[in-house]
Formats: sequence, C-alpha cells, structure tokens
Amino acid sequence: MVEFWDIYGLPTAIIVAKILAIVLPLLIAVAYLTLYERKVMALMQLRKGPNVVGFYGLLQPLADGAKLFFKETIVPSGANKFLFLFAPMLTFILSLIAWAVIPFDEGMVLSDLNVGVLYLFAISSLGVYGIVIAGWASNSRYPFLGALRSAAQMVSYEVSIGFVIITVLLCVGSLNLTDVVKSQDGEYGMFSWYFIPLFPMFIIFFISILAETNRHPFDLPEAEAELVAGYQTEYSSMAFALFFLGEYANMILMSAICVVLFLGGWLPPADIAPFNWIPGVVWFGIKIAILLFVFIWVRATLPRYRYDQLMRLGWKVFLPFSLIWVVLTAGFLIVFDMVPA
Amino acid sequence: MIISTLAFYLFATLTVASAFMVISSKNPVHSVLFLILAFFNSAALFVLLGAEFLAMILIVVYVGAVAVLFLFVVMMLDINFSELRQGFLQYLPIGALIGIILMIELLLVVGGWQLSPEALQLSSAPTVAMTEMNNTEQLGSLIYTQYVYLFQIAGMILLVAMIGAIVLTHRQRSGVKKQVIAEQVYRRPEDSMVVRKVEPGQGV
Amino acid sequence: MGFIDKQARSLLLTEIVSGLGLTLRYMFKTKATINYPYEKGPLSPRFRGEHALRRYANGEERCIACKLCEAACPALAITIDAEPRDDGSRRTTRYDIDMTKCIYCGFCQEACPVDAIVEGPNFEFATETREELFYDKEKLLANGDRWEQEIALNLNADTPYR
Repeated sequence: MVEFWDIYGLPTAIIVAKILAIVLPLLIAVAYLTLYERKVMALMQLRKGPNVVGFYGLLQPLADGAKLFFKETIVPSGANKFLFLFAPMLTFILSLIAWAVIPFDEGMVLSDLNVGVLYLFAISSLGVYGIVIAGWASNSRYPFLGALRSAAQMVSYEVSIGFVIITVLLCVGSLNLTDVVKSQDGEYGMFSWYFIPLFPMFIIFFISILAETNRHPFDLPEAEAELVAGYQTEYSSMAFALFFLGEYANMILMSAICVVLFLGGWLPPADIAPFNWIPGVVWFGIKIAILLFVFIWVRATLPRYRYDQLMRLGWKVFLPFSLIWVVLTAGFLIVFDMVPA
Repeated sequence: MIISTLAFYLFATLTVASAFMVISSKNPVHSVLFLILAFFNSAALFVLLGAEFLAMILIVVYVGAVAVLFLFVVMMLDINFSELRQGFLQYLPIGALIGIILMIELLLVVGGWQLSPEALQLSSAPTVAMTEMNNTEQLGSLIYTQYVYLFQIAGMILLVAMIGAIVLTHRQRSGVKKQVIAEQVYRRPEDSMVVRKVEPGQGV
Repeated sequence: MGFIDKQARSLLLTEIVSGLGLTLRYMFKTKATINYPYEKGPLSPRFRGEHALRRYANGEERCIACKLCEAACPALAITIDAEPRDDGSRRTTRYDIDMTKCIYCGFCQEACPVDAIVEGPNFEFATETREELFYDKEKLLANGDRWEQEIALNLNADTPYR
C-alpha cells in the first residue's frame, strides 16, 4: 500500500497541485481580463468603465460571474441536448489543457513536451469543434451560420499560423517550448528576441491569432448585426459563461504563445541590474498583459471585416506572404550557415 | 508498466468501439464525431508507442482540418434518412458477397505470409535509438534523405489534386466588380473632393 | 512611383497604425462620463423639461384661460375648461396635461401671452404608474411653486433673445 502511494499516489497529488496552481490564477486572470477590457475600451471611448462595484470596479467580474451562475440554463427543445451542453465544456477544457506545455519560467512547466509547439497547434486547431458543435446542436439558423463562419475562419487562419510557427522553428531547431525561449536568450537582450529579426511574421502571427480567437476586427461569428450572437445565441447561464471563459482564456493562451515564440518568454528585456531582479514569471505576465492590451486596443480602433475580405486576407495575403517568408528564412539560414544543430 | 498496459487497452477499446459507432450510428453528424473520437484514441496509441510527433500530426491534420471539412459537408446535408434506409436490405446479398471475397483474399494473404527471421532487425535498422535522437528528428532524417523522392512525389500528387479541383470548379465571370483595397486605402480627401464657392443664382 | 507608394502604404499598414495612434491619444484625454445622480451636466436656459404653471409674485395664478396653448399643442395633450371666477376674472377650472402624450416641443410656452405655462428644467419626473403622469392643475401649480426660482432665472437669461 505504501509502495503504491509512493509510485502512483504522490506523483498524482503533485500533478494535481501543479494543475491547480496553473488553472486557478488563470481563471482569476480571465475574470480580470474582462474588467481590463472594459476599462481600456472605456478609456479609449472617453468613458470611465465599471467603477461602482467595489473600489475602482474591482469586484465587477465577481458580480458578473454570480449573475451568470444564478441564471437558468435553457436548452432549446429542438436541440441535441448532450452535444448542446458538451460544446461549451469542450471549448473551456481545450482552452485550459493547452497551458500544460507553456513554460512560465525556466523549468516551470507542467509537462516539458518534446513536441510542445505541435501540441499547442493541435489544441488550438481543435477549438473550432466547440463552436461547430454548438452551432449544430442548437438546431437554430443563426447559431448554425455563425458556427460555419467561424469554423471556416479558424481553419483558414490556422494555415498561416502554421507557417509562422515553422519560421520560428527553423530558427530554433527544436519543437520544445523551453528551447524556443532559450534560443532567444542572446547578448543583445530584447533585441535578440524573434520579433526583431522576424518582425513581419510577428505581425502576421498577431493578426492571425486575432482571427483565431474570433476577436475584433475578425469577430464575424458573433457579428451581432447579422447573426445575433452567432453560435452563442441559444446559450444562457453557465453554458454561456463557459464559452465566455473559454474565449478569454484562449486570448490569454494565444498571447502566451506569442510571447513564447516572439517575445522571449520569461526573459527580461535586458540582462542588467534592475531588470533581472524581477522573476521570470512576472516578465512573462507583463508581456502577456501588453499583448492583451493590444488585443483590446485593436478592438477599440478597427471596424469589423466583411466576410469576403476576411477570407481574402487569410488566403490571398497571409498565406503567400508567410510561405515566401518561410522559404526566405530557410534560404537565409542555409546561405549564412546559421542552421541550428 | 501496468498503467500503460491499461491505457493501451482503454484506448484500443475506445478506438474500435468508436470506429464501430462511425458506421452504425443513425445520424451522420454523430458518425463524424465518433470518427474524431477514433482519431483521438489512435493519436493516444501513437503517444503510447513513443511516436508523439505522429500523434500530434494526426490530430493537427486529420482532426483539425480534414474532419472539420467532413463535419461541414455532413452538417449541410439535408437528407431524409428513413427514405435512404428503405432499400437498404436489398443490397445485402451483393454486399455480403463482396465482403466474403475480401475476407477470403485476406485470409489467403495473411495465411501465406511468412516473416523472414531478420525482419525484426531490418525494420528498426534505419532509425537511431530513441536516446540519441527524438522522434521528430528521426522522422525528418529519414523522410528528407532516404525517402525524399517518394515524399516529393506525394506532395506533387496532392498539388495536382488541388489544382485539378480548382480548375474544375472555378468559373470566370465577367462584369464582376472587384475591390482593390490598396486603392481605397490610398484615396485622400484632396484627390476626390473639391470645395467650390458657389455664387447665389449661378450654380456650380 | 504611385504604384510603389500605394503598395508600400498598404503593406506597412499605415492607416491602421494611424488609427491605433488616434485611439491611444484618446485614452489619455479627460473623460466625458459624469457620475449621474450625484453629478449632472449643464442645462441650457431653453431646456424643455417638466411643465409648470406659474403665479404672480402676489400669489395670483397667471393663467387667464385663453386656451392658446391648447390650440398650439400638436399632440393634443392639453385640456382646458374655463369659467368666470367669483370676482369676475376669467380663470381655468381645469388644466390637464397628459405627459404621456406630450412631445416637449415647447409650443405651449411660446403661445402663452402671460408666461403662465412653461417647461421647467426638471427632467427627473419618472413615475411608477401611468396615471401619475396625467397632470392636473393642482400638480402643475405645485410644480410652478417648486421650480419658480429656476424658471424665473432661465426666463430672465433668455429674455434678450425673445
């Protein structure tokens, strides 16, 4: 019995503790991301944003959560009940399990997978199922159209995301995320992060993750003027809240991936006194917060794309551009003999 | 060790069960979803084998892209399934015949199959031990050296298929107005607007 | 040259960058939000809010029941009955305004020869029932007594333009 505990029990307990240590801060971060978004949007629109619930509106996310929690879950009579309730859970779970391979600091990662980048790519490509199943299971027109749109959109932009990731991998020479960050640890501090040498790819990646997370200006699936709330139309209460949490957790996740691939993960901007006193996790969080700010900033600035423009951008601009850049990078690395071992 | 054995049997059972559900479930959307489940479990089997690269690629390509397209098509179908099922049994004899022929052939092939004694060494010969190189590097070093022509030919076949599909379905329409976004972005008020002072009673 | 310029502009996303710059500048501007029930925005002296019937300084009601306001009202919200009073002067016996019909056009106060009916600065008169919005003479006169100071100031401020 003691032996069993040593072999299986203790490691399981440790893993569960680690998972909780990742998931709980993540959920709090998601809650406060909604407040962050509302505050920043309000500031950019000359408003003040939520400031009544709690000091400076700090308890607003809790109030929103409590409201959603106590609402009634409505399942439409024509809906496929199992799939209808399964879809939001799927979205939420997928947005959480991807965090298993994200390195928060050197060695601070739940599972240091050899194929971490591919794992992330696989998980993010599964996100489309939550939406498609939700749209189909609702058995209603608007959710179905919204689901079709978003599925097409996510599949399209995944292609260019794939090419961008390949470019980074060419420079790294490994599929392990810790290695990706370590290879950016150059002597020039933040200037040896990949967003400088691969700047166009960084921009393409950022725009693609906007589309991938269905954020403005690519929030076609939930274009309220045309599709009500898209695939979320029939959802209420906690089912809706799970979609909502999943969507925002996905935003944070995508920002984290972007930080790992391009912004040097946990590395400080320069390896000198005041910067390297701050632990790597904090740098990681700061970088994610900056990227999330840009997410919101873009939302406050740009109008929504039309559907054909969205598809044009994905297939006719990003795909050829990123493909050419992959070839250029590979050629450059070979010509100057810089291929990583 | 017992855990991984248990995991193997779990995933294998699930794979077979969901594969069975693919062909037996009444609703085609459910079929596709079970297909996806089968893909997942086979990916898990790959992971158990230590082939994590293949597992991830299986999920990215088949679950992330191919099955989504399947799901698209199937969701859009509007078929009356009871009607479709009516004449189902009349195909039973010919279906059974083909099945039996295939089974006999398979039995003949498998029954006459003999593994050469060195086969086990041969199959693992080209790859290096897992400790020296990981799965991804092994695959890469094989595909891009020994099998590079086959790999290129496979790519070519896919390209030809894609071009063929585009040529067959694309039609040129005349009189379609196309948006040139660079043109629109470049437009300034100065280029397209004139402010004129209009005297009363004279017009522009 | 023009071609290269155009392509470069669209490739470097100049429009998007300038748009982002604009929103970023707005982020640091003074906010327009006011904390409503505790803070209120400024109102013009010509603001047309809740109606009021005014009195002269000696307490005599101004309205002489000429029914010009009733005739001017485009929404037919005003109903007036009149009779000579005991002292022989002409006064209203009934002066009703249906606030649910009123469109706050201000024609009544323009029509009034004695500045009796005016639209005051009060806009917070929501009620719980519909019936409370059928104002009668008593209510209107009470409004006049309550808002007289503000109404007089507003009328005074607007005098040069009338």
